[in-house]
Amino acid sequence: MSVIYLLLSLSIVIAVIFFAAFIIATKNGQYDDSYTPSVRMLFEDELVKSTTAHTEKISNQKSESQKL
Amino acid sequence: MDKATCYHCGDDCGRTPINHNDKTFCCVGCKTVYEIFANNDLSYYYDLQSAAGASPKEIEGKYDFLESKNIIEKLIEFNDNGTQIINLYIPHIHCSSCIWILENLNKLNTGINSSQVDFPKKTVRVTYNSDKITLKDLVLLMSRIGYEPYISLDDYDKKKKGIDRSLSYKLGIAGFAFGNVMFLSFPEYFEVGEYWLEQFKGVFRWLMFAFSLPVVFYAAQDYFISAYKGIRSKFLNIDIPIALGILVLFLRSTVEIIFDWGSGFFDSLTGLVFFLLLGKFFQQKTYSYLSFERDYKSYFPIAVTRITSKNTEENTQVYDIKAGDRLLIRNGELIPVDAILINGNAKIDYSFVTGESEPVDKKSGDKVYAGGRQLSSAIEIETLKSVSQSYLTQLWSNAVFQQDKSGSFQTLTDSIGKRFTIAVLTIAFVSAFIWLIIDPGKTVNVFTAVLIIACPCAIALAAPFTLGNMLRIFGRNRFYLRDTQTIEQLAQIDTAIFDKTGTITTAEKGHVYYEGLELTSEEESLLKNTLRSSNHPLSRKLYDMLAEQNIVPLEEYEEYLGQGIKGSTITDSVKVGSAAFVGNTQTDNTENTSVHFSSNDQYKGCFIFQNQYRDGASETFQRMSQDLELAILSGDNAGEKSNLTKLLPEGTPLYFNQKPDSKLQFIKSLQDQNKKVMMVGDGLNDAGALAQSNVGIAISENVNVFSPACDGILDAKNFKFLYQYILASRKAIKIIKLSFVLSLLYNVVGLYFAVTGQLEPVIAAILMPLSSISIVLFTTIATNRLGSKLGRE
Repeated sequence: MSVIYLLLSLSIVIAVIFFAAFIIATKNGQYDDSYTPSVRMLFEDELVKSTTAHTEKISNQKSESQKL
Repeated sequence: MDKATCYHCGDDCGRTPINHNDKTFCCVGCKTVYEIFANNDLSYYYDLQSAAGASPKEIEGKYDFLESKNIIEKLIEFNDNGTQIINLYIPHIHCSSCIWILENLNKLNTGINSSQVDFPKKTVRVTYNSDKITLKDLVLLMSRIGYEPYISLDDYDKKKKGIDRSLSYKLGIAGFAFGNVMFLSFPEYFEVGEYWLEQFKGVFRWLMFAFSLPVVFYAAQDYFISAYKGIRSKFLNIDIPIALGILVLFLRSTVEIIFDWGSGFFDSLTGLVFFLLLGKFFQQKTYSYLSFERDYKSYFPIAVTRITSKNTEENTQVYDIKAGDRLLIRNGELIPVDAILINGNAKIDYSFVTGESEPVDKKSGDKVYAGGRQLSSAIEIETLKSVSQSYLTQLWSNAVFQQDKSGSFQTLTDSIGKRFTIAVLTIAFVSAFIWLIIDPGKTVNVFTAVLIIACPCAIALAAPFTLGNMLRIFGRNRFYLRDTQTIEQLAQIDTAIFDKTGTITTAEKGHVYYEGLELTSEEESLLKNTLRSSNHPLSRKLYDMLAEQNIVPLEEYEEYLGQGIKGSTITDSVKVGSAAFVGNTQTDNTENTSVHFSSNDQYKGCFIFQNQYRDGASETFQRMSQDLELAILSGDNAGEKSNLTKLLPEGTPLYFNQKPDSKLQFIKSLQDQNKKVMMVGDGLNDAGALAQSNVGIAISENVNVFSPACDGILDAKNFKFLYQYILASRKAIKIIKLSFVLSLLYNVVGLYFAVTGQLEPVIAAILMPLSSISIVLFTTIATNRLGSKLGRE
C-alpha cells in the first residue's frame, strides 16, 4: 500500500511544477497585457514585395475557394 | 463630385484630393506615409484594416529637446553599450494595423532592434541602437508615419514604478491550495472506513495543513491587516469577521488534526480565501490606457526654447526656467510659465485654463499666463516666475489634491460590517453560554462553529461582483470610472454642478445669425468668394452656411493674421474679420463670437456665432432636475445667459466668470451644507472642483486625449445618458442590498447547524461555495439585465 506515498508525492510534485510555472510567468509579465498577443499571433510573413503579387494571391485564393 | 475618402486616414478629402497610385489622399502628409510604407514593403498595413492611419502633423523643431543628454536619460528605461529601451505612449494606437506597423518599425530603420506594443496601455517599447539612431530621430520617424508619441512633463518626473502583481500571486496560491486540499479531503467526505484510508488519514490531513499555511499567512494577510487597522481605529469593518473566521478555521482545524478529532475545515478555509480574492481581482481597475490621476504635468512640455543672452536659441528643461528668462513660443506651443509678452502677435487660447472659449489677443507688454496656447506665429516672452509658482500650477498646491478621497468614504459593505460583527459575536457568546449549561464539552465546538459558518464570505463578495460588473457595463457604454467605489458615490449624489464650455457645449460653433444692414446679392457673392480662400475655422463655418454663389475670381485677396481677410474685385471690396479690422468703432456685442463685415469700407453688420449645446442636453437637465439640484459654474462670460436659461429647467442658478479656485470653493461650500456633489467638467480649470467634489466626471470628445484628474470619464457622445447612469448606479446598490439578504439567509441555515452543535466539515464545505457562487450568479445576472437597458433613449 505504500504505493500511495509514491502517487501522492508524484501528484503534488506535478502540481507544484505547474504552480511554479504560473508564478514565473506572472513575474515575467506575461499576464500584464492579455490583449496584444492575441492579435500578434495572427500576423504572418506579410511583407509585401509588390502590391500586385499580393492581390494576385488573394484573387487566387478566392478562385480556389469558389472551385471548392 | 462624390466625396472621396483618404486611403491612409479615412478622412474626407475635401475639394482637392491628391491622387497617387490610383488612390486618393487628403493631404501630402498622408500620401508621404503611404509612400514610406509602400517603399518598405509594408503596404500590408492597409490590408489589415483600411484607412487606419493618421496624417502626420507639422513637427518642425518640436522635438529638439530630445538632443539633450539629461532629458534622454530621464525618459529611457535602459541604457547600456549603445542599446537603449524606451516606452512611448502613442494615443493613436487603435487597431491591429497599428500593432503590426509599430512592431515592424525595424523594417524602416536598421537602428531599431525590436519593438513591442502593449495595446491596452497604448504604448510601444522600442529597443534601438543609439549609435545608429538617436531618440530624436526615432520620435521623428514615428511622427512621420502618423504615430506621434506623446511626451509630456509627466514622463520626465515619473519614477520607474513596478507593477504590483501581488494579487495575482495570492490568487494563484489560494487557487492552487484550494484545488489540492479539495482533492485530499475527498476520502473524508465519503467516510469510507476502509482499512488503508484509515492508515493514511494522518498523511492526508498534514498535507492539507501544509497547503493551508501559505494561504493563511500570505494570501489572506490583507484581511488580517485591514481587520487590525479597523480595530485600532475603533471601526468595525467587514474584514474583522472575515479575519476572525479565517483564524478560527485554521486554529480549530489544526487542533482537530493534532488530537485526531476530525479532518478539520481546511477545504472551507482555502476555498473561502480563494473566493474572496477572486472578488478582489474582479473589481480591479480595468482601463489601463486611461489615467485618472493627471495634473498639469501631463499637458506641459518637457522643454522649451530659451533665447540666450547671445541671442542664440537653446532647449531648456521646463523646471530650469528662472524668472527673467526669455523664451520663444512657437505656433501651437503651450506657455509654461507666467510671463510678459515682448515680441510678436500673441493670440492665446486659454480655454484649457479658464474655460473661456475665445482666444485672446495680446500686445507686447501684456501679461500672459501659464497654460495658454499660442495660436498664431512665434512670440517671445520674458518669464516672471518659475513653473511651480505660476498662477495655474499653484492650483495644485491646494490641499485637496493631496487628499485621498477613497479613505474617508464608508462603503456599503463596511457599514453593514459593523452590525454584522456585533450580531455574530453576540450569537457566538450566547450559544456558547447556553451549551455551557447543557453540555460543557461542546462549548468550544459551538463557539468556533458559529464564527466559522458566519464568516461573511458572500457578503464580502456581493459588492465586488456587482460593482465590478457595473464598471465593465459602464465602460461598454463609454462611461469610464476610476474604481468601484465611484459607483457607490454616484448613487448617493443629490447635487450636480456643470461647467459650461466644452461640457454642455460642443467644441464647434453651431447657429449663426446675421445682425445689421441687409446685404445685396453682389455683396453676398463677393463675401462668399472671399471666404472661399480662407482656412480660418470661422470662415469655413460661415462659408458653409451662406447660400451657394457663382465662383467669381478675386482681383485681390489678402489675409491679415489674427484680424481678418480682405477681398476685392475691380469694382468692389469687402472686409471680414474683427470689429476693429472692418472699422466698426462701437462694438456693442463683445460677449459672443462674432465676425464683422464691411463692404467698400462701409460697415454692414456682423455674423454672430452661438454655442452649440450637446445633443439631448435640455432633456437630460429636465429629467435630472426632478431629484437633483443643478447649477452651472462657468469660467466664461455671461454672453450665453439668455440661451442657457431657455435650455435649463426654471430656477437653475448660473454662475459666470468663475476662476478655477472659486469653483473649488463653491463645491466645498455645498459640501459643508452636507450635500453630495457631482461635478461635471472638462478642462484644467475644473481640476480643483473635480478633485473637491464627491464624484468628479470629465467630459471628453475623445477619451484618448487627456482629461484632468477625475473619478470618471464620460464620452461626450453619451452625455445625454448621464442621468440614466446615475439611476443605474442606484439600482446597483439595490442589487447589493438584495444579495446581502440572500447571503444572510444562507448564514441562518448555517447557524442552525452551528448552534445545535452539528456542524460537520462537509456541511461547511458545501454551504460556503454554494452561497458564494449563488451570490456571484445573482449579481452578475441582475447587473447584466440592468446593463442591457442602458444607452437607450
